[in-house]
Amino acid sequence: MSVSITIRNAVKKYGQQVVIKNLDLKVKPGEFFTLLGPSGCGKTTLLRMIAGFNTIDEGDFYFNDKRINDLSPSKRSIGMVFQNYAIFPHMTVRKNVEFGLKNNNFPKQELKTQTDKFLELMQIDTLADRMPHRLSGGQQQRVALARALVIQPNVLLMDEPLSNLDAKLRVEMRTVIRHLQRDVGITTIYVTHDQEEAMAISDRIAVMDGGIIQHIGSPQRIYQRPANVFVATFIGRSNLIPGTVEKKDGKWLLKTGALVTQIDNLDDKKVQNGQKVQISVRPEEFHVLEEKEENALTATVKDIVFLGSSTQYFIKLADGSEAIMVNESSLDNPHSAGSTIFLRLNVQKINVFSEDGSKNLLKNVDDGLKDGWEAGLQ
Amino acid sequence: MKKLLKFDMWKLVSLFFVLLFSLILIYPLLGVLRQSVIDKDGQFTLAEFQKFFSEPYYFKTIYNSLVITVAITFVTLVIGIPFAYFYFFYRLKGAKFLFIIAILCTMSAPFIGAYSWIMLLGRSGLITRFFKDALGIRLGSIYGFNGILLVQSLKLFPLVFIYMNGVFKNIDNSLLEASENLGCTGVKRFFKIIMQLSMPTILAAALLVFMRAFADFGTPLLIGEGYRTFPVEIYNQYLGETGTNYSFASAISVIAIIVTALIFFLQKYLTSRYNFPINAMNPIPKKKAKGISGFLMHLYCYGLIAVAFLPQLYIVYLSFRNIDGGVIKEGYSFGNFISASKRLLGRSINNTLLFGVITLAIIILFSILIAYLVVRRRSLLNNAIDTVSMIPYIMPGSVIGIALVIAFGRQPFALTGTMLIMIMALVIRRMPYTIRSVTATLQNIPISTEEAAISLGASKAKTFLKITTPMMSNGILAGAVLSWITIVTELSSAIILYNNRNITLTMSAYVAISRGNYGLAAAFSTILTALTTVSLLVYLWLSKSEDIKL
Ligand SMILES: Nc1ncnc2c1ncn2[C@@H]1O[C@H](COP(=O)(O)OP(=O)(O)OP(=O)(O)O)[C@@H](O)[C@H]1O
Ligand SMILES: [Mg+2]
Repeated sequence: MSVSITIRNAVKKYGQQVVIKNLDLKVKPGEFFTLLGPSGCGKTTLLRMIAGFNTIDEGDFYFNDKRINDLSPSKRSIGMVFQNYAIFPHMTVRKNVEFGLKNNNFPKQELKTQTDKFLELMQIDTLADRMPHRLSGGQQQRVALARALVIQPNVLLMDEPLSNLDAKLRVEMRTVIRHLQRDVGITTIYVTHDQEEAMAISDRIAVMDGGIIQHIGSPQRIYQRPANVFVATFIGRSNLIPGTVEKKDGKWLLKTGALVTQIDNLDDKKVQNGQKVQISVRPEEFHVLEEKEENALTATVKDIVFLGSSTQYFIKLADGSEAIMVNESSLDNPHSAGSTIFLRLNVQKINVFSEDGSKNLLKNVDDGLKDGWEAGLQ
Repeated sequence: MKKLLKFDMWKLVSLFFVLLFSLILIYPLLGVLRQSVIDKDGQFTLAEFQKFFSEPYYFKTIYNSLVITVAITFVTLVIGIPFAYFYFFYRLKGAKFLFIIAILCTMSAPFIGAYSWIMLLGRSGLITRFFKDALGIRLGSIYGFNGILLVQSLKLFPLVFIYMNGVFKNIDNSLLEASENLGCTGVKRFFKIIMQLSMPTILAAALLVFMRAFADFGTPLLIGEGYRTFPVEIYNQYLGETGTNYSFASAISVIAIIVTALIFFLQKYLTSRYNFPINAMNPIPKKKAKGISGFLMHLYCYGLIAVAFLPQLYIVYLSFRNIDGGVIKEGYSFGNFISASKRLLGRSINNTLLFGVITLAIIILFSILIAYLVVRRRSLLNNAIDTVSMIPYIMPGSVIGIALVIAFGRQPFALTGTMLIMIMALVIRRMPYTIRSVTATLQNIPISTEEAAISLGASKAKTFLKITTPMMSNGILAGAVLSWITIVTELSSAIILYNNRNITLTMSAYVAISRGNYGLAAAFSTILTALTTVSLLVYLWLSKSEDIKL
């Protein structure tokens, strides 16, 4: 019984401050959808509007075709996992998991079977009679998940459910969550500000900033074709290099410093000849040349950090701007600190943004905002 | 060598407390025990106990005390919890005002409520006469069970309020949301989640109310009449028309201690079943109190506070009326205060302040030392000191009074009527509470702070004085003001230990009441009320918050 979630024109204000600004969103049935953004961007606020704990100032919220704006939280059939788990400290694990079933008048005979099923699913059946404060963080997390899922809600909402766990457990639990969500097939909205976590776990991600969704799309699309500079720098690391574009013989050329390179996927409708642009280059999108070439970027190596499989180079470009480059580690150390190197860019992969950073100038870029539904399909 | 010296210092402190507690706690307690089982010729006998249990006249006193105390505890919970709930969960108008008045109600001197209600609802009380003369309605009697219940419930429910307010602060909002999310809302949520989470605190508040009500002396003495309770009976036996019967008073005391001890352990047992930690990362936001329900909430809270505060207001009003003996005359004047000034007013105030300050200083010093011993120098001996220091918690005031009289009222000590014995009683009465709160404060101070000081070259003694003590001082200071108020309003042990020399304000007021001199009583009570009110305002100003620790 998966449902879709549709949000139209949502607005939330705290006093004068508008925290959610005319937000539109569509989540597909059974989808694992993540809200990602910096602290204070309104993720929790939006999630709590869906759950019914925050009032909705403007806009419409739908589960399938049913408008839920005025439905009380207890009637929305939502499973919720809180950041601090919110496990009832005065009840045993089993009592916690049963709690929702009892309140929803679940048939008595099946109560135990249903509870046991989810205790087992979350591998906490051996802890059933413990009090919550005798559980580890990861175990509490499982109890919270079991409690949210056992009522078989239509929608699962999670607000930074892993932020209280240590790094290793976080990775372990996110796999658990992902598998569980796939098995149960429940529409899920997940909030995090950890972008790696978001990428690892989500079908689609909505990147938010300042109460506005910047980009909706699959992790891969968002990483490779970010809608604007904010997304490019927030998701993964991007070096921003100023440059210009010029049209010559019907082809577009991208210029920065000494570098001139042909670029085929600029969108004619978005660019003008001679326009200034920001070139966004991921650390792995630099290509080091063996020796000096015409039309290559010149850079000085400032520092080298060996990270195991890869090596990180802090470099200074000829125009004075700093950048980070990552290469696969090699056995010898081809470049040393202070040496001069020559670079080309992986033109297929890099992104080109308007000078103000608000727009990606490449073809086939979709910020997913027009219709989140279609855009998510690749 | 130096190290050895420091080591010895705390050993000496432990030793000091062993000796002190042996003298002022164990010795009097054993004295009562011994006295209860010997006859006039010093022979062992259980006759007094036999007398107590075989004659319903006596047995009734403990029974009555138990029944009325259970009733009071129940009523304070029933009226106090909703009050706290409305106060905490809703944005009430004038919340701060409600809070202060509630505290003032519970901090009033022990007999003021009873005395004032008698003046209002007693046989010739203001309201009684109004109903009879103007409306021709006879009101039921205020004397006895109903009166005690009314007076004590109104005086003690703010304790429940303060405790509940404290625990509500520790409930995380996400728990309430989780509950709502899982389909449990409204009244159901109140009982299944909020009350369950608060259960340890409800039990703690119940115990406190129980101990206060059970040991209360002033109220039943004035308004109890035929409803006889044990603290009054101890006093009667002490006063004794046929001479003081220490043995019988002791027997009653022993039985009273056993009852309070049983209640104490019962409460501990019940609390242990609710052993879970709570703390709030997201405190609960207050809701608007609107519409009919909002109006009813305001009505309830203000109504309750008005009734509870009425006695104090009325006494203040009376103190300015012209009163001749027991009869209220036309007009207003300072006559009552003038006659009070001729009746030991100066000495009463002097004694009250002097005893209060000295007692407080001693209690604070002892509490800091004991807390340090218990928390930072764990040892069998120090744990024993801690346990023994808690004994007075289960000793009703009148029992402490009688125990001190037995121990120190006769040769070789003969301290009755002295400042020393008064202060001893006050220290014993109040110390367990202060030790508890200081110990709790110290437990929350990480030892690493002290270690940091030592690693920076401070000596242990210096660390204790310059780091540990100041860090505890906030908690101590706030607690001290509340101790101060209970010290200056102490009645139940003082009544056994006082005479003209060491009389206090509270005792002067009580003496005036017992002699039927209402104007004088009102004047003394008003001065006492002014003193407690000012102290409380100082407290609120000092603590700058609503976290009252009792
Ligand atoms: N109850 C409130 N009253 C006033 N302002 C609020 C309230 N709750 C949130 N805000 C404000 O709304 C904005 C969005 O808050 P929100 O909690 O949704 O952020 P978030 O994206 O969840 O951040 P984080 O990652 O830190 O949890 C913030 O600027 C915050 O200060
Ligand atoms: Mg948040």
